[in-house]
Amino acid sequence: MTPQEMVERALELSTADGCVVLADERSTANLRFAGNTLTTNGVARSSRLTVISVAGQGVGVVSRAAVRPEQLADVVAAADAAAREARPAEDARELVSGVPASASWDEPVTPTGIDVFTGFAPALGEAFSAAESGGRKLYGFAEHTLTSTFLGSSTGLRLRHDQPTGRLELNAKSSDLKRSAWTGVATRDFSDVDVAALDGGLAQRLDWAKTRVDLPAGRYETLLPPAAVADLMIYMFWSAGARDALDGRSVFSKPGGGTRVGEQLAALPVTLSSDPAAEGVACSPFVTARSSGRESSVFDNGLPLSATDWIREGRLESLRQTRYSAELSGLPVTPAIDNLIMRGPGGGRSLEEMIASTRRGLLVTCLWYIREVDPQTLLLTGLTRDGVYLVEHGEVVGEVNNFRFNESPVDLLGRLSEVGPSSPTLPREWGDYFTRAVMPAIRVPDFNMSTVSQAS
Amino acid sequence: MRQIDSDFLALPLRRLADAALQRARDLGAEHTDFRLERVRAETLSLYDARLEGAADADDLGYAVRVVKGGTWGFAAGIDLTPESAARVAEQAVRVAEVSAPINREPVELAPEPVHADVTWVSSYEIDPFEVPRGEKVALLADWSAGLLKGADHVSARLLQVKEQKFYADTAGTTTTQQRVRIHPHLNAMKASQSGFDDMSTIAPPVGRGYEYLTGEWWDWQGELAALPQLLEEKLAAPSVEAGDYDLVIDPSNLWLTIHESIGHATELDRALGYEAAYAGTSFATFDQIGELVYGSPLMNVTGDRTAEHGLATIGYDDEGVRAQSFDIVRDGILVGYQLDRRMARLKGFGRSNGCAFADSPGHTPIQRMANVSLQPAPGGPDTDALIAGVERGLFIVGDKSWSIDMQRYNFQFTGQRAYRISHGKLAGQVRDFAYQATTTDFWQSMEAVGGPQTYVLGGAFNCGKGQPGQVAPVSHGCPSALFRNVRILNTVQEGGK
Repeated sequence: MTPQEMVERALELSTADGCVVLADERSTANLRFAGNTLTTNGVARSSRLTVISVAGQGVGVVSRAAVRPEQLADVVAAADAAAREARPAEDARELVSGVPASASWDEPVTPTGIDVFTGFAPALGEAFSAAESGGRKLYGFAEHTLTSTFLGSSTGLRLRHDQPTGRLELNAKSSDLKRSAWTGVATRDFSDVDVAALDGGLAQRLDWAKTRVDLPAGRYETLLPPAAVADLMIYMFWSAGARDALDGRSVFSKPGGGTRVGEQLAALPVTLSSDPAAEGVACSPFVTARSSGRESSVFDNGLPLSATDWIREGRLESLRQTRYSAELSGLPVTPAIDNLIMRGPGGGRSLEEMIASTRRGLLVTCLWYIREVDPQTLLLTGLTRDGVYLVEHGEVVGEVNNFRFNESPVDLLGRLSEVGPSSPTLPREWGDYFTRAVMPAIRVPDFNMSTVSQAS
Repeated sequence: MRQIDSDFLALPLRRLADAALQRARDLGAEHTDFRLERVRAETLSLYDARLEGAADADDLGYAVRVVKGGTWGFAAGIDLTPESAARVAEQAVRVAEVSAPINREPVELAPEPVHADVTWVSSYEIDPFEVPRGEKVALLADWSAGLLKGADHVSARLLQVKEQKFYADTAGTTTTQQRVRIHPHLNAMKASQSGFDDMSTIAPPVGRGYEYLTGEWWDWQGELAALPQLLEEKLAAPSVEAGDYDLVIDPSNLWLTIHESIGHATELDRALGYEAAYAGTSFATFDQIGELVYGSPLMNVTGDRTAEHGLATIGYDDEGVRAQSFDIVRDGILVGYQLDRRMARLKGFGRSNGCAFADSPGHTPIQRMANVSLQPAPGGPDTDALIAGVERGLFIVGDKSWSIDMQRYNFQFTGQRAYRISHGKLAGQVRDFAYQATTTDFWQSMEAVGGPQTYVLGGAFNCGKGQPGQVAPVSHGCPSALFRNVRILNTVQEGGK
């Protein structure tokens, strides 16, 4: 039975007042390597069927993997029964209707597989050879996933989204493992990945690191490239739920009640937005929610998503909303979207030009192990890794020791002194969960390096 | 003693395994293992005593892993027919063939005795999936309502997992296992003129059933009754003065420090560089085994997958290796690592100590953490006696924020609450604290270790590692312990305020 047939049959079987069915078909292939050799690999397929039944104001959700046709009636019956037993749900709303069916609804699923690496794997092998002869060791991970989501509802929705997600993470180390550099790219199909060029860039950074400069903890003028900016902005985006803000428990809560929407956060006219149709980072154009929570509502399934500014010209514009939280907050319905784009005022200088214009500062290529310390200010802690460089008089003069930082991305927005042009990037820390990001390099005049880390 | 669920045993476990193992053998694989898993998870989330979300999901599928020509090949499928299992075996062989050109380190596995047709079930009484959802929600709502009398908002969450695994390999081992784990967690939040703060329960996640919520295993009533007042005191508490302090750390906080600074640091795959591009490596490099002074002579750390109710406890690992207990740090010296079969062979250990785990049928087994625990001092002091030995210090309870670098040197932790210690006595809470240290400095500063009466098994459901990312449940037992001269930060000052 195809996923489309599973959705139709499940909707027929439901005896609840309303029903939403989500069918996910996922296929994935990966290669992992360390020290110029393969470590693990794999291909996998999986399927999941989620039935959301509505009885009055009650809702029941049952999600099962690898459902066989003969099991379908039991899964639907379990969801229907859970809905009838449930107390009224706070977020209960009319199910979404009136959204035109996806043109691709009836098309079959074409899974990905190990052959997506047919061209890439030999190129990686050549990169291993080049690295070996250049005194480098390569470590990393290549993964390609295709997820097809089918959403059908008793209100007539028939929506489909096919999401290819690919990434290569490449880490080069000197043979004594004392110098390290990382780069990563997001890709939809690996046809655009130039592993030799990426390795070449890492080789240059390892050369920079041949000169070592030890610096103490303190506040430094710091340049952050797009991957590091993405890690900070994504955490802030994840923390921008309207309900937590309304309940007075987030950095976006206004003292005394309400939210900080409308408040100027950044002195520079930066814009942080999401757009399901953004070129190169396109993502699902409708809401898919497999459970309700602080920032999701199963009743919103199928709700169309459109370009949303979270911060516009430095001013907080929107928070992550469900229809329910939008009513509570009196703000527009702005659900979360699976990409994030930050742009500066335009005409900004490239990272290379920013380096060239720096009298003395740090170039921090990667942030790592980022965790929240204080939700009130969104103070985050984390480490630098795989390349902190000292810039003096416009040139990289050597590699610096690593640091632990303590910084709030919200506070940091207010202290930005320069924003470069934006480009697609792979977040170093959050790349497992969030690969679709377009970010600029930024300059911060006083980034807080709290202590020195001995890690190299 | 619970039995493995009959509906899992009714799946065509052996027929699928036979088909896959035979096909891979026919295609020339030197080693093949087959693993079929069903993992069911239910999460109930309440906010202000109302059900906010309920997720009931399972994962079902199987994996075939081969070694062909010295190269791994892994494939996973979901169709429960022998024909499909054979096709998945073919895919695994194909993956090995495509990967061969980039493999420069032939895979060999450490030998393991054959465990033919063995079963294992974890120690629990009440299967949480047999308890009606309404009953569970009502209990959480009741607990939340009690907390709401002293808080502005209360969130409650109950995570429940049942994991069933069938494993077979070409050497003849066949294991069938089932385990249950549960984690109730409540958080109370309150605002005041000085801002807002929150406090969570410190009851650990455990390898028990629903009896954990209703029986005598944890003093829920006592903890929930005390929480609002503790939160009130925290809101009114002064901000900590940054500086060096002696710390007495409660097991509810220390387990996480053990996890990050010992558990991960003594994973051999990290020490060998397999995780270098992602989770990182370890300062505890392999050449230092038997020599590295990890901590004070009072420090004795074991790894085990056998502790009753431990989250990493199992009968046999995901490579068919029987669960064991082993030393990691003895009298302060690094003496062991956590292993899988490949690394055990590579580094001459003779046998794996059984730390291979995959979190789902779609993922390949990698070396994951055993229950890594700090041993109490026989006849050692209780927590009050440790506090009595401190002139100026802090007593830290409950875990909260954590972060550590990619070689496990530099860490920073906060907690649910901290009390000032003055002249051997607690002198009220302080706010805005974090402790920051280098791993070996910290453990070498451990001056006293509590006795068995202070020992608690803490842990987490969601330790992340590997690419593709996998999560693993793991417990860490520890007593209270005393550390001298640890750096305390004021987090408000760190934020530049």
